Amino acid sequence: MARSKWLYIRRRIYNALMYVAAFLSALFGLVWLFWILAVLLRKGVPAINWDFFTKLPAPPGTPGGGLANAILGTLMITALATAIGVPAGVMAGTYLAEFGRKSALAKAVRFVADLLVSAPSIVVGVFVYSIVVMPMHGFSGLAGAIALAIIMVPVVVRTTEEILLLVPDSLREAALALGAPYWRVVVQVCYRRALAGMTTGILLAVARVSGETAPLLFTALNSPFWSPSITKPVATLNVTLFNYAMSPYDDWRSLAWGAALLITMGVLVATILARMVVGRIRI
Amino acid sequence: MNMAGHSGHPENGSGGRDGGNVVPPVARQAIKRGQPRWGDAAFRVTTAAFACLVLALVAAMAAVLYDKGYLSVRTFGLGFLWSRDWDPVRGLFGALPAIYGTVVSSLIAIAIATPVALGIAIFLTEMAPAGLARPVGLAIEMLAAIPSIIYGMWGLFVFAPFLAKHVEPVLKKLGGGTPLFEGPPMGIGMLPASLILAVMILPFIASVMRDLFTLVPAMSKESAYGVGATTWEMVRSVVIPQTRTGIIGAIFLGLGRALGETMAVTFVIGNTHQISASILAPGCTIASTLANEFSEAVSDLHVSSLIEMGFVLFLITTVILASAKFLLWRIEARITGK
Repeated sequence: MARSKWLYIRRRIYNALMYVAAFLSALFGLVWLFWILAVLLRKGVPAINWDFFTKLPAPPGTPGGGLANAILGTLMITALATAIGVPAGVMAGTYLAEFGRKSALAKAVRFVADLLVSAPSIVVGVFVYSIVVMPMHGFSGLAGAIALAIIMVPVVVRTTEEILLLVPDSLREAALALGAPYWRVVVQVCYRRALAGMTTGILLAVARVSGETAPLLFTALNSPFWSPSITKPVATLNVTLFNYAMSPYDDWRSLAWGAALLITMGVLVATILARMVVGRIRI
Repeated sequence: MNMAGHSGHPENGSGGRDGGNVVPPVARQAIKRGQPRWGDAAFRVTTAAFACLVLALVAAMAAVLYDKGYLSVRTFGLGFLWSRDWDPVRGLFGALPAIYGTVVSSLIAIAIATPVALGIAIFLTEMAPAGLARPVGLAIEMLAAIPSIIYGMWGLFVFAPFLAKHVEPVLKKLGGGTPLFEGPPMGIGMLPASLILAVMILPFIASVMRDLFTLVPAMSKESAYGVGATTWEMVRSVVIPQTRTGIIGAIFLGLGRALGETMAVTFVIGNTHQISASILAPGCTIASTLANEFSEAVSDLHVSSLIEMGFVLFLITTVILASAKFLLWRIEARITGK
């Protein structure tokens, strides 16, 4: 009797220890999040002021200056990447959900898209360098946008497919029964029904690429000036942050912290927004 | 972070539906029976073309990287993979230090991240009350949303000095002069790179594991509780055995991410082409070498060598990620019985 009681207590203690271990694991994850966010706020907030958004970078050693050109460059390249990547991704996702479903082609595309989602983004940079920068004989904003678009496509493909599959088949059949051609069913019924979800997927893809730096390093490169054209190097917040953080100048490092705060807040807000929409979708 | 990543098992959408083949036949009949519907045919072909584009993209990446790296392949042959030379002036390039750094930093990161991710997944699915599990789960996902470069900057300016001051001296003392902890405690090198990698892949592994654990049928869990198991005994004897293949898949997924992680590593690893037994010493990875040298490489051979390294990285990550996918597919098929 005493022995079984002891065994029982031992099992309970073991269980309690595992609770503690699991709790500490979760705490471990949270500590990093709050540590990083706290540092970003403490160092980034002082760097952000009106000049930060409106002025060009100052030469090293000169106080003041801002990252207006980099902010505009990031917006431009991200918008261009979205314009290229989203339609392509939505079309491919539509094929998977509406036509391919369980076909061999659809399975292959799904598999490859999942590989691409996790593929190293720097390799995408090297690829775009080889097919765009080399033939055009120069770094360009366009090359950067293409690199980001390639990173967006697989994300958009998979979310579009997942959301479209949530639209019930009975809805498609009802529309078809009214004599609508299938393409109209997809465009006017499925897309409309799935709009919120697809927007979320796009938002997540945009959030993801707006934090990407590696693929821009040797495609869009960087520039201390306003960029006259997308066929020329374009400054982006991320690459500027990289160069400034690695520089020995305090002013530049301070600007880099400001850029870091801006990028992180942008990405986190977009991600949280997307999560909130996802939580509310009931198709 | 993508939705597939959030839900962890991207087959969710299609896998969760029966009769997934309902629509295509209907569509086909609509095309056959009525007047010819060119619109439908065109729509189908266009979407299929974009789907094929995804396949073509990966094929093109492999082909182009090999082609542009061919100069290096021809010059150095297979010796490129185990040469330690890295001398742009003399035109000698070898990938061994970078390959070594990539593999070792990722393996250390996996070794740290796996048990913690397992703990987080168990905490979120089996232990935490719902009111706590949701916000904690969301916060862990936020960790995945923080861009790589932010980890790098924080690592260089905050974490590295912290390590150099508080952690590495302790390690040196505990290590007692073993080669593993040799060298000055700089806070820059393999150790900080591995630690930051561990934190970065943690949310990915945890999220896949969490989704796997929720797939385990409640019936099996309740059976374990029914015979008097404690929570931990239930997890150990029901949840983990049932999802073992998937857990390995999740680890592979994390490994695939760690191998290709660029900016964070570039900031803190020190970017030195050397192989050192000490984890306090600086090193380099394939990705960090590319980030550092690519836009400044002048000679064709240098660029070509870097591209060949990119090709090697692409191959390694593709194999690892494909294995991860395969393992996760198998486990999901088994648990959901399809």
